[in-house]
Amino acid sequence: MIYLELFLTFFKIGLFTFGGGYAMLPFIQEEVIAHNWMTTEAIIDFIAVSESTPGPFAVNISTYVGSEVGGILGSVCATLGVAMPSFIVILIVAKCYDKFKNSEIVKGCMTGLKPAVVGLIGSAIVSMILTVLFPNGLSVSVFSSPSFYVSLAIFGAMVVPVFKKVHPIIIICISAVLGIIAGYALGL
Amino acid sequence: MKLLELFLVFARIGAFTFGGGYAMIPLIQKETVETKKWITDDDILEIIAIAESTPGPIAINSATFVGYRVAGVLGAMCSTLGVILPSFLIIYLISFVLREFQDIKAVQYAFFGIRAGVLALITKALWLMYKKSQKNAVAYIVMALSFIAVAVFDISVLYVVIGCALIGLISSYIIKRRSKK
Repeated sequence: MIYLELFLTFFKIGLFTFGGGYAMLPFIQEEVIAHNWMTTEAIIDFIAVSESTPGPFAVNISTYVGSEVGGILGSVCATLGVAMPSFIVILIVAKCYDKFKNSEIVKGCMTGLKPAVVGLIGSAIVSMILTVLFPNGLSVSVFSSPSFYVSLAIFGAMVVPVFKKVHPIIIICISAVLGIIAGYALGL
Repeated sequence: MKLLELFLVFARIGAFTFGGGYAMIPLIQKETVETKKWITDDDILEIIAIAESTPGPIAINSATFVGYRVAGVLGAMCSTLGVILPSFLIIYLISFVLREFQDIKAVQYAFFGIRAGVLALITKALWLMYKKSQKNAVAYIVMALSFIAVAVFDISVLYVVIGCALIGLISSYIIKRRSKK
């Protein structure tokens, strides 16, 4: 039952992700790779797609994984799965907002969850950096492969414009052009 | 009629925000406070506070909350489906295009370059999250612990999330007891 598995997996991801944007990344990486639904490279490629299309990252990636694994029905199951926990939780919270707002338990949990998200995203990002720069694992041979230096150069060249708030779509386009030029020039 | 309106307004919000999450808040404010006058600016602040301390993507949290405020459970359903639908359709179409073109050499080279560019983008996202988070001893310890737990010991993210919530709960309880004495 691939559809049920998609729904439940993304339900779990939606239920335990706190914070917006890439907070979902560590979970997605763990679950999607454990299920053999996508590789780390494919997830990184999809981040680029998601940055260049409208809508929340969470919905984008669950639709995509669902569609890759189980077609249209798969993407419906995965997307409903990721949205369902928030939907239910918010309905409950909206009913007893004042209690929720002043709850010491919620506040206490959040003081642990917020920094945890930073640590978790950090580890997801480190593993992505390692995957891109060392596609064949950590070995000395990588220093003789031109693609290592090209990746490093593009990454280095993009860091400054990214922090200068150049729009992500422009960053993605420039990196794509650099990748094509380097690819044909060096015959990677 | 309110239900259809909720659906359409949130479909528009979903279709026109890139990046999702917090990028969506100004648009929600403009559509629901200024144009439709469904909720107030105070409600928006409330929504941000709630979205931050409940699980799930901020876009869905805020759509559900506004929909519920305006028209109850059915309203919540319409606004949530509305915010999801545009990305769903766009990504579903794109997944075909990606599959179709992934064997072309130039596309592979493009993605080879894009991967390195994405590293820069996510590094910045991490930096922004770090800047926004609290800077005290507990926060630093939790950050380091959660990073090491996953990166070094390969512990499941789920356990790390639950564990860190407990650490936060216990530490804030201890701090409160101490300040009472």
